[in-house]
Amino acid sequence: MIRYIIRRLLWAVVLFVAVTIVTYVIFFLIPADPAARACGQQVTPECVARAKHYLGLDRPVYVQYAKFFGRLVPFDIHGLAHGHEPFKTPSLGISFSNRQPVNGIVVRAAPVTASLVFGGAITWLLISVPIGILSALRPRSLLDRGAMTFVLIGISAHPVWLGLIFLYLFAFKVHVFPLGEYCNMFHAPAGSSCAGPVQWFYHLILPWFTYSILFAALYVRMIRANVIETLSEDYVRTARAKGASESRVMRSHVLRNAMLPVVTMLGMDIALGLGGAIFTENVYDLPGLGRALVQSLNNFDLPITQGIVVFGTVAIIGFNLVVDLLYAAIDPRIRLS
Amino acid sequence: MALLEVRDLKTYFKTDDGIVKAVDGVNFSVEKGRTLGIVGESGSGKSVTCLTIMGLNNKKNTITMGEALFNDQDLLRMSPRRLRDIRGNDIAMIFQDPMTSLNPVHKIGNQLREAVLLHQDVTKKQARARAVELLKAVGIPRAERRLDDYPHQFSGGMRQRVMIAMALINDPDLLIADEPTTALDVTTQAQILNLMINLQKDFGSAIIMITHDLGVVAETADDVLVMYAAEVVEQAPVEDIFRRPHMPYTWGLLGSLPRLDTETERLVQITGQPPSMLRPPAGCRFNPRCPYVMDICKQVNPPLEQVTGDPGHLAACHLDEETKDKEAAKLLAGALAEAS
Repeated sequence: MIRYIIRRLLWAVVLFVAVTIVTYVIFFLIPADPAARACGQQVTPECVARAKHYLGLDRPVYVQYAKFFGRLVPFDIHGLAHGHEPFKTPSLGISFSNRQPVNGIVVRAAPVTASLVFGGAITWLLISVPIGILSALRPRSLLDRGAMTFVLIGISAHPVWLGLIFLYLFAFKVHVFPLGEYCNMFHAPAGSSCAGPVQWFYHLILPWFTYSILFAALYVRMIRANVIETLSEDYVRTARAKGASESRVMRSHVLRNAMLPVVTMLGMDIALGLGGAIFTENVYDLPGLGRALVQSLNNFDLPITQGIVVFGTVAIIGFNLVVDLLYAAIDPRIRLS
Repeated sequence: MALLEVRDLKTYFKTDDGIVKAVDGVNFSVEKGRTLGIVGESGSGKSVTCLTIMGLNNKKNTITMGEALFNDQDLLRMSPRRLRDIRGNDIAMIFQDPMTSLNPVHKIGNQLREAVLLHQDVTKKQARARAVELLKAVGIPRAERRLDDYPHQFSGGMRQRVMIAMALINDPDLLIADEPTTALDVTTQAQILNLMINLQKDFGSAIIMITHDLGVVAETADDVLVMYAAEVVEQAPVEDIFRRPHMPYTWGLLGSLPRLDTETERLVQITGQPPSMLRPPAGCRFNPRCPYVMDICKQVNPPLEQVTGDPGHLAACHLDEETKDKEAAKLLAGALAEAS
C-alpha cells in the first residue's frame, strides 16, 4: 500500500514536469510578445528591451523554465547553503500584466471553481442516479424514453448556449435567479456586498445546472447500462434464489456492483472539471480558475497560465490517486501492489 | 404424496421474433429424499423448467402455465412474499457457473450469513457459526478463516462448494442443481458429485440434478427425465434408461457417451441441430434428426406413453416395440461387449 502510494507519487512528479514543459513550449511557440504589450501604446525598442529584461524574457527558454521550477520547489537549496531555513513557500511567479503574485490569483479563484465543480458533481449525481436506476428497472417505459431524450439533449447542448438560455429565461425574463455574479460563502470580498452560504448557494444554482447537464446525461446513460448489466448477473439470480426481496437484491447486490465504474468516472470527471468550468464561469461571470485562464491567455500572461496549469495538474493527479485508493477500498478484487 | 408435483408446465418467452416455447407441457414429480436427473441438450428447456419452479424467470416477458405443487401448494400462483419464504429455505438452488454465481464484492461469510438471516430468526453470531459448520461440511479447510475471504480468493471447485454450503445452510427439502459440475474440471467434478451424494445422505434433501451428462445421471439419479425441444420424451427409473432406452433421442445420447475402455474410432453423434423453439417442427419434434423417421412422425407428435413391461417407464415414440427392443438390445450388447 505505502509502496504503491510512493510509486504513484514519483510518477506524479514525472507527469508534472512533462505537463509544465509542454505548457512552456506551447507558450513560446505562440507568436506573441508580452514585453511589447507591457510597453502599451508607445512601443519603442528600448522599452521592449527593458521590459524583456524586467520580465526575464531575455534569457534562454530553459533558463526561464529552470527558474520557474526552482521557485516552485518547496526546498531552498540556496538558503540551505547559507544556513537559512531549508523550506520555503512554493511560488508560481508574478503576473506579466499586473505584477501580482500568481499564488494569490490562484488562491482567490480556486474556491470559486471548487464550488462550481463539487456542487456540480453533487447536482449531476442527484439527477443521474435516480433516473439511471429507474430507467434501468423499466426499460422502454415512458420514463426510460424520456430519460434517453434528456440524455440526447444533454450531450448535444453546449454549456455556453445552455447558460445563455438559462440566464435569459430564469434571470432576465422571470426574475427567479440572479444575472450571473458570484457570492463568497464566508466574507464578502472588497467591492462586493453579497456573501454567506445562502447567497452563495442561490447564485450558484443556475451555474450548477448548466455545468451538470452534460455530465448528468452521460451518467444517466452509464448508470442505466451498468444497472441493466448487473441485473442479469448470475450472482443477482443467486441472491433471488436465496429468498432476498427485490429491494434487498437491489441495494445489497446490484447497486454496489453497478456503482463501481461510476466512482472511477466521478473521480476523473471532477479532476477534469476545470475544462468544463471554463465555459460556465465565463457565461456566469464567476471569478474562478477557468475565467482567469482565458483572461491570461488573452493577455499572453504566461505566469498565470502556467500557474493554473500547475494547479490543475496537481489537482488531477491528487484526485486520481484518491480515486484509486477509494476504488481499492470498495472493490475487494483490486489489490494495490 | 410427492414433495414436488409438476403438472403440464409451460413456459413461453415473448421475444421480438415471436413466442419461444421454452417448456411445453412438462409433467414430473419428485419424492422426498430421492434424486431426479433431467437430461437433454442445451436449449432443451431443462434449466428453464427449474427456473420457472423457483419463480426466477424475468416476469416481464414470460408466460407461465400449469402447476408446480410443492407440499401441495402451487409455487406458480403463490404471492411473491410467500415464494421468497420458500426460496433458499425449503427449495434451494445451485447454479452452473460458480465463478459468476457469488457476489464479487461481498465476503463469503456475509453471503452465507445472508442466506441464514433471510429465513431464520437468529443472531448474526449464530448465523456465522452456522456458516462455519456448513463450510466444514462441504470440505473447505480452515473454514473459520476463509469466511472473511472474497470469492475471487477461491478456486472454481471451492466456490462450487461454497454454493453448495449456501444452498444447504437452511436444510432445504429440495435442492435444484443446474449443471453443478459442467464448469469444473474432471477431477473436481467427481469430488463435487461425491460431496453432493454424501450430503444428501446427511441432509435428506431431494435433488433435481439438471445435466447433459448421462455419466452424472448414472452416478446420482434415482429417476431420469429426458427432455428434447421443450418436451419430456422419455421418463424412467435410472436403470431402465440404461437397460432398455425406448426413444431414438435417448439412444443418441447414450451412443455419444465417450468410453475410455474401448477403442471405438469415433463417437456416435446425433446429426443436425436442436430445432428453434420459435417454430418447432410439426409432428414429433425429433423427426428431422431421427434416423428411424416414418411418415407419421412428421404429422403426429407422439404422446408420452407407458412402455409395456416396464412400470414407471414412459416414452414418446411412434416406432413399434419390436424395433425399439431390438435397437435397445443392440446398444446394450454393444456396451456390454465394450465393457467386457
